[in-house]
Amino acid sequence: MAAREGAFGWLYISPLMLVLVPFFVAPILVVLAASFLQSDGFGGIIPSFTLGSYVDIFTSGLTLNLYVETIKFTVLTWFFSLTIGFWVAYFLVFHVRSPLLAIGLFLLCTVPFWTSNIIRMISWIPLLGKEGLINMALIRVGVVREPLEFLLFSSFSVVVAYVHQLTIFMIVPIFNSMARIDKRAVEAALDAGASRFDIIRLVVLPLSKNGIALGSIFVVSIVMGDFFVVKVMSGGGSASVVGAFYEDIGVLQYPSAAASAVVLTIVVTLLVTVILRSVDVRKELAR
Amino acid sequence: MTPADRAVRPGAVPKAVVAHAIAPRSSGRPWTFYVLLTVFVLYVLALYGPMICIYILSFQDVRGGLVFPMKGLSLHWFVDLFTQVRTGDVKGAFDRSVKLAVIVTAITVVVSFLAGLAFRRRFRGDGIVFYLMIGSLVAPGLVLSIGVGLLMNFIGIEGRWYTSAVGAQLSWTLPFGVLVMFAVMSRFDRAWEEAAYDLGATRWQAIRLVVIPILAPGIVAVALFGFTLSYDEFARTLQTAGSLNTLPLEIWSMTLNVTSPSLYALGTVTTIISFVIIAACLGTIGLIQKRRASRVPAY
Repeated sequence: MAAREGAFGWLYISPLMLVLVPFFVAPILVVLAASFLQSDGFGGIIPSFTLGSYVDIFTSGLTLNLYVETIKFTVLTWFFSLTIGFWVAYFLVFHVRSPLLAIGLFLLCTVPFWTSNIIRMISWIPLLGKEGLINMALIRVGVVREPLEFLLFSSFSVVVAYVHQLTIFMIVPIFNSMARIDKRAVEAALDAGASRFDIIRLVVLPLSKNGIALGSIFVVSIVMGDFFVVKVMSGGGSASVVGAFYEDIGVLQYPSAAASAVVLTIVVTLLVTVILRSVDVRKELAR
Repeated sequence: MTPADRAVRPGAVPKAVVAHAIAPRSSGRPWTFYVLLTVFVLYVLALYGPMICIYILSFQDVRGGLVFPMKGLSLHWFVDLFTQVRTGDVKGAFDRSVKLAVIVTAITVVVSFLAGLAFRRRFRGDGIVFYLMIGSLVAPGLVLSIGVGLLMNFIGIEGRWYTSAVGAQLSWTLPFGVLVMFAVMSRFDRAWEEAAYDLGATRWQAIRLVVIPILAPGIVAVALFGFTLSYDEFARTLQTAGSLNTLPLEIWSMTLNVTSPSLYALGTVTTIISFVIIAACLGTIGLIQKRRASRVPAY
């Protein structure tokens, strides 16, 4: 049976490869190849080797600013989505007594994930705007006299939109990890005299490490690779790495866009690899 | 200091501590319950509140603006959405998005299921396939979009929503589908399948009569992921859909041009579609579970 299994393994996996090779491997290679070619300035590509695009990227002061800006959003989003995600998952697993209710509340958290991200993003406009609900409420209560300008079309609203969209990517894997924690381990810690804080720090946190890593991979790679949230929610005030090379595409500068894309892909891969080192994702998923 | 050091007198943990424990066994709720309940309620409010605001605002009449207060109550902006030229070809985009999502869902379900079967055992090169999949999942969407666009250019095929966009979206929905399949398969006991073989079933019979019925709820879940991720996909479709827009691309261009509640009306319409799909899938899963519960005697 085992030998037959091995052959069937590749038979069953071949449709997946038939998608991944032409639509993931090949495009990455094409982008890599294009990054070493020259632009003719009119949207065409001249097939001659050059490192010009890379030289431009690494000598431009703009590049560093873009990465600082994007990494700032990534770190802030990661921090807030992890904090909220951890406590929401913790609440559902350890404080909701009925398992059926916990699953129901969990689904309540996941439903928006299956709806449009763009719509969820623009839905902050009637709340955060100058004449939005929050400003109106603050003025009526008398907390502020003038509407707060920083609420919309600012770094603040960018982070709000990201956290709003991505916290679910933390909740799901952390919830899964926590749900697998043997309740007897918690009780044993209790019996041994651990305080509630000790249990979170010494039992729950280490045992949900894999879930946290998995969620972090999603959040970091999505924020690093995003441009439309920054574009819409910052009102043009902030730039992003992807936004910058999307503009290159707009003016048909394919080689320089490709080079930026390659650099970004390498940065994201490095970040994900660092996270992957701390956890065996495959084992975590197959458990 | 480890917790073990603190257990000076085992079994002498005060009753109060147990009552306020992390997983309380008696009726008392620890104070953390109320704090975390507040966090949870605030999170759910922040999750749904803004969306509900735009649904409400989309029902304003012709005087309506982008913010509260509500001005009138009508379906004006929904009519506007489907009749005005300036809002673009919403009907066509909607039609294409649904068809595209159906195609992507069908392929995602079949391919993820087969990949899930394969990944139950180790096979030569399984690690490479796995990391290719993770790579496809975390790669910046626009990078892949540009790559597919350039590739189509290079081969000399015009990109279309039903060709290149299907492939580009699959590079996003398939890894999700396979990951969900992993979770589903991990609960599948191979003994059931072996039993089918022992009874003389062929491989296809075992899959059709044993594996698929047992995994049915998980397969519906994969379909839910396939449909909704495709229906709302933006970055990977951007450079690959060709000359005709899908719905998210239409919404994107509207966010840049349109400053009337018709944008919210579109949000309401597309969310209704999403909710119908989610309800149908979750309902199906629930129904399967219920039928199962009534058939299998409790033990």
